Parts: sequence; C-alpha cells; structure tokens
Amino acid sequence: MIRRLTENAAVSLNLGETPWPPKFAGGLEYSSPARGTWNIVHVGMLLPEAHLIFVCAEACLRGVVLTAAEMGAMDRFSMINIHENDITSGDMEKLIIDGVGDILSRLEKKPRAVLLYTSCVHHFIGCDLPLVYKTLRENHPGVDIINCYMNPIMRKSGLTPDQLMRKQLYAGLKAAEHDPKKLIFVGNDFPTPEGELRELIGFAGFSVSEIQDFSDYDGYLSMGEASAAIIFNEVAKPAGKELKRRLGIETIYLPYSWDYSEIKAGYEKLAGYLGVNVPDYSALEAECEAAAARALKLIGDTPVAIDYTLTYKPIGLAYFLASRGFNVKRVYGDGYSKEEQASYEKLSEIRPDTELWPTVNVMMRKTDRTETDYLALGQKAAYFLGTDRFVNIVENDGLYGYGGIIRLMALMEDAYKTPKDTKKLVQIKGWGCGGCL
Amino acid sequence: MPVKPVRQTYVNTSLYAADAMGVCSALYELGGMSVMHDASGCNSTYTTHDEPRWYDFDSFVFITAMTEHEALMGDDEKTVRDISEAARQLNPRFIALAGTTIPAMCGIDIPALARLIEAETGIPSFGLPTDGMHSYLRGAALAFDALAHRFVKETEKTDALSANILGLTPLDFSYIGIEDSIKAAVKAADIEIISSWAMGSSPEDIEKAASARVNLVVSETGLEAAKTLEKRFGIPYVIGTPISGFTPDIIDAIKTADAEKRNINPAAAFIENTASVAIIGEYVFASSLCAALSKHRVNACPVCPLESRLKSKPADSVSDEHAISEELKNAGTVIADPLYKPLSKGKKFISLPHEAYSGRIFRASIPDLTESIEKILKELI
Repeated sequence: MIRRLTENAAVSLNLGETPWPPKFAGGLEYSSPARGTWNIVHVGMLLPEAHLIFVCAEACLRGVVLTAAEMGAMDRFSMINIHENDITSGDMEKLIIDGVGDILSRLEKKPRAVLLYTSCVHHFIGCDLPLVYKTLRENHPGVDIINCYMNPIMRKSGLTPDQLMRKQLYAGLKAAEHDPKKLIFVGNDFPTPEGELRELIGFAGFSVSEIQDFSDYDGYLSMGEASAAIIFNEVAKPAGKELKRRLGIETIYLPYSWDYSEIKAGYEKLAGYLGVNVPDYSALEAECEAAAARALKLIGDTPVAIDYTLTYKPIGLAYFLASRGFNVKRVYGDGYSKEEQASYEKLSEIRPDTELWPTVNVMMRKTDRTETDYLALGQKAAYFLGTDRFVNIVENDGLYGYGGIIRLMALMEDAYKTPKDTKKLVQIKGWGCGGCL
Repeated sequence: MPVKPVRQTYVNTSLYAADAMGVCSALYELGGMSVMHDASGCNSTYTTHDEPRWYDFDSFVFITAMTEHEALMGDDEKTVRDISEAARQLNPRFIALAGTTIPAMCGIDIPALARLIEAETGIPSFGLPTDGMHSYLRGAALAFDALAHRFVKETEKTDALSANILGLTPLDFSYIGIEDSIKAAVKAADIEIISSWAMGSSPEDIEKAASARVNLVVSETGLEAAKTLEKRFGIPYVIGTPISGFTPDIIDAIKTADAEKRNINPAAAFIENTASVAIIGEYVFASSLCAALSKHRVNACPVCPLESRLKSKPADSVSDEHAISEELKNAGTVIADPLYKPLSKGKKFISLPHEAYSGRIFRASIPDLTESIEKILKELI
C-alpha cells in the first residue's frame, strides 16, 4: 500500500542567489529512508579481531545492534543496557567494568581488542571514564580496550561522532620503529583501488597498506610502523593529528577532489614526500575528459542531481559536471565543507540556477518523489526524486584522483542505461558492508 | 578470578524497540505529528528498523535534534518554537511529543511542553513521558491510552455485537497483512469492527470507538487504553491474539464479555508454568500461541522478556540473557525470533520472527498465525 502526501515541498535555495555558506532553516529533523551511509558500527567493524561493546539506553542500542545483525556480525557485538536506576545510583562505573568482564568471560574466543562505546548519558552524569578504562585495562591484559563514543548530542561540540570514530579506529596502534618506506591510508571506509596514486607510491619504492587489507589484529598493528599516513577524507584529519601526536606518524593530506589542479597539487605534495618528480598526468586528464565526453554524449541534457552521501565534495562534483556540459540541476546536502567554497563560487558563475536542497528539513517529507526523469548521483537524491536511474555508491567508494573521475563517468553511463530497484537498494544500511538483507 | 554474571549484558542477542519508537508506531496512521525529543539517532533507528511503513506510507515523524548546549542550558522555548513552526507548515491533526534519555535525565517536563505547544498552535497536543529506557510496549501503551483519553467521544453503543481491536502495530504484527487476517477473523463471527488501534483505521474511527460493545486487546500495547475505555465508557475487554485454533475461544470470550460485562483473558486457562516448549515474545501473543498449541496437545509456556503486567512474575524478572537462559532451562524446544537462537543451544529451535525484536531482517518469513499454525506444528513434530 502506498500512501503519499502529494503536495510538493519548496524548501530549496537558488545557488546563484545564496551567498556562501548556504544555510537552511533549522528546527525539527526528518530522516529519509535512504540508509546506505556508514555508521560507527560499520566503521568499527573494520578493526580485525575486535569486539564491539556498546553501553547505552535501549533506544540507542536498538539501532546499533540491528546494524550488527544486518551485517551478519552479531558474534562481534555485545551490549550493556542502561536502566534508570543506573543513572541515579552512582554505580555506572561498576556496571561498565563488571559488564565488560561478564561479556568477555562469555565469548567463545577472547578478542584482541574491544571497542567500548559509551554514550551521551556518561558524559552528562560525569561518569569517571578514565577510571573505567584504567580498570578494564588492568583486568584484561592482552585485550586492547579502546575508548569509543556514541554521543550524538555532542555532534556540534568539538569532534563529531564520525570524526571521533575514525580517530579511535587507529587508537590501537602502538609506538613502533618507523619504516621510512612504509605508508598507510587512514580514514577511508572503502579500500583504495589500484590507480595512479598507488602507482606513484610504488614507483617511489614505498609500500602502502590500510585497515581493509588485514584480517588479523597483528596485521593492523603493523600499520604503526608507517612513516606517514595519507588522508583523503577531511573528517579523518583528527585521526592524522592524533597519529602524529602519539606515534610520530606524519600526515599527508590529499583531499578528495573533482578538480584537476587540486588533484595534481596533492600528487605534487606526495611526490615531494616520496622524493620523486611528479609524473606528467596530462594523458590521464585527457582520459578523464574523454570519459566525461562519452558520458555526456549518452546522458545529454538529462537533469542531474547529486547528494552528499555519494561524495564528500558534492559541490565540487557538480562544478566538474556542469563545466563539461552536464545539466546539473540539484545538489542535496544540509551543510558543506569549507573546502567546497571555491567550487561553490565557480558553480555560481556557470550554473547560478542550481537548486540546493536539504535532506533533513521537515518539508522533505512532503516531496512527491515523481521527478523520474533525473539521473541521480547518490541514494538520497534518488529517493527524493523517485528516479530509478542512479549511481549507487556511498562515502566516495574509493573514488580518488583521475581514476576516480574515470570510474564515476562509467558508473553514470551504467546508471543511465540500467534502471535500479531504488526502494530495495537505498534502504540497505551501510552499503558495501555486506549483510543479510 | 570468577566473573560475576551481570544482568543487563547482551553478548550476541538483540533488544526490543524502545518506548519512544512505540509511541510513533502506535500513532503513525492517524494524521498527527510525532516528535521524539532527542539528539539524533532515535529517528533513523525508528525509520530503519521499527517502521515498515516508512517508505511508502508518508507520516510525520521527526526529531528535535537536541544539542549539548540545549540540554545543559535548557532551551524549552526552542523546542516549542521548532515544533510549532513545523506544525504550521504541515498542519497535523495532533502533536505527540515523546521523551528520550537525555530529556529524562535533564528533568524536562514533556507533558508540560506539550501543553505549551497546544497553547501556541491550537492543535491538540500530548506529551508522553518515555525515556528511551523501556520497551515499545510502554510507549505504544501510553500513546494508545492518550488517544483513549483525548480523542474518543461519548457515543451510543451499537445494537449488534461490535468491537475495537486494540494493540495493532507493525512492531508486533509486521506489515504483511496479518492485521487484515485478524480483522477478518473477528468479522467472520459477525462482530462489527468499529476501530482498530491503529492499523487501517482513520482518526474518525478512533473517535467513535466508544460505540463498541467490547474491546479486543491483541497485544499488551492496547491494555491501558482498554482499561481507560472501560473506565470512561464501561466497555469490557478481552485479552488475546486471534491465532488459528484459538480464535473460537476469543470469539466466545467477546460474546461472554458483552453479555456479562466482565473482562476475560481466555488464554490464561491454557498457560503451563513449566512446559517442554517455551515461546519467547510479547505476552498476549505468546500466551495466545500457547493456547492455540494446547489444542494440538502441545504444552507450551510463554517467556516474556518485556515489562508485562500480565505475566505472573515481576515486570523485569525476565529481560537479560542470564534471566532468559534460566527461564529456558527446562525447555526442550524454543519458539522465538531467530536472534534468540544463541540462547537455545542444545535445544530444538523454531524460528518465529518478531519485528519489534529483529526489525526488518526476517520480515519475509514472518508467518500469519491467524491464518494457520501448521508450519509451527510441523516443525514441532
């Protein structure tokens, strides 16, 4: 049975008339059914041989335990359920310490690490978390107890939960002798594919690894031997800062980008670190242009919409596509990185009519979802437009550099030619994590 | 060093939907606006795991997106303003505000906020003192009870036998047509259905619920509303889920309740306190299934990990894994949601998915037991 509210919403901003940074009205928030983005469970599960323990109230635990269940990873997930009396009794520390002990005693195999997630409640009641962690580390030698957080109420106070999770994912790494020829990729959900970046690293005689490479904890620990961490994702910058502070691992920030000059600047920076000359990428640039031209020939003036779940730089992608003739009409997102400002201003010059749409504004519940002629880049755009032609990737999906552009153009062609089951696909939580749905 | 078992730990099983989500589920189809007063997370949890209607059946369910600053410094005016502004844009028939953990900790008076919102908007509003630390049973019960208090109007009783069905939410019955089977089973006995709370009924149906002669409570989420309707309008209630084989007992009970003006729980007579078959689930449903199985000479007992006023043991006596395992000690067979399987090692396990427990994962294999229990019987044998 489908029951739709038919009135279309009108909450969008016109990019050309909206100075940077665009801001939507605040207020109550709506959650669309497009669920492919990763949460702190999906990210935490990247740590091999680790067990996740969440200490929260029932309302909070429900979402994370079913994330684990849908991933088919219940054997790596446990909970301590907070009751009302735990908040008032002053025994929260004991509950956590004893609860973790009880859980570890009942696991068939002792994990190498425990990601222990405390929550908003602990922050507000002043729970002595340093004491909790100290005691747990004393009680459970041989298990790395890593402090993690599920405190969404702090999302506008300091590091966001996403930033914190990406930082703590590497908190298990220990001081080790640095191998000057060893690099790591840090902070990505998806493995970094083969391409010009890995070629450059290999050409310079360096090796590179990332958490997705390892199925055992010792492999993960070997990342601590790296001399530098390459970070693409802005939200992983605090992870890099912490690795530098704690382990002396340098950070090389090569931001995700859809702009040749920025990509090239990143490679120049990396080449400088590697001690080699930056290669001539003009052939790759030409290949990108050819791929874009091929996609444009097929897609023509089909309206295109982009959302923030597909890429960390939706405005940058909009500019890349619009400047090559694609009919970019909409961008969905509730806020944008400062790194997007230059793209925003350039897009404003060539496509001032671009519509900026929020995703959490309450009026988005009333979108009629009948703009089926669109090609959507991202799940939320596909859902809001009601189109079945969409590129179904999340969190940039390893799209980096020239190779990333070429791959995205191919994905757009495929999305244009082959309709998808939008309803089925976008509701799957943590796209790319595997699972039972 | 020996490790002391800690209640409240869950090594690899799940948890039930929480109270605030029960509120939203209960009120979903009635044209109102349900708002969870929470930072973030409750909304997507509800819409992903607890609400199968979310994609195709538009309803207004939102979150206040509370921040640390608002929680620490207090900013009830913002909450009232944001909700009132959304209401002006969306024009809901009513507004329900459900609390979660941090508002409860901060001592935010949710019912008082609702009164302010009603004064501001002129839209009927009610606040439900949920705190995110109880199950959906409590939240849905509070919501249905609020409907019984606020929206049901004095109406003449029907001449012929009639009933409201109380306690129908997808959390207990999914969204695969079971609610239609339940209604069909009642209608087949020439009992008119005035309203069903709250799947497939309009707000107008709810308003005239007082014209029913009997209330049928198909899950415990409807029990408080039944008590209120009894108090306000003298309507007796029957507790039981129509399950194949047990439905005639429920129909008889409805007729008796109407004739004798008394409340009846027909499954109670069939409950075995110790039995070789244990059914884990919501109490009304589990005990009704026990009753249905008893017709086939299967002795079964309900194991309800939820806070229930109906079970003989104290409300929280069976909730965590240690307690459930203890309860299952003497059972040879366990009928339960698949995510309970780790607790039934060495026992025969029969899968009976429950949306309030495992969400959407096993929805495709949820059986319509009102239609038939043959599948379970075959597996038992």
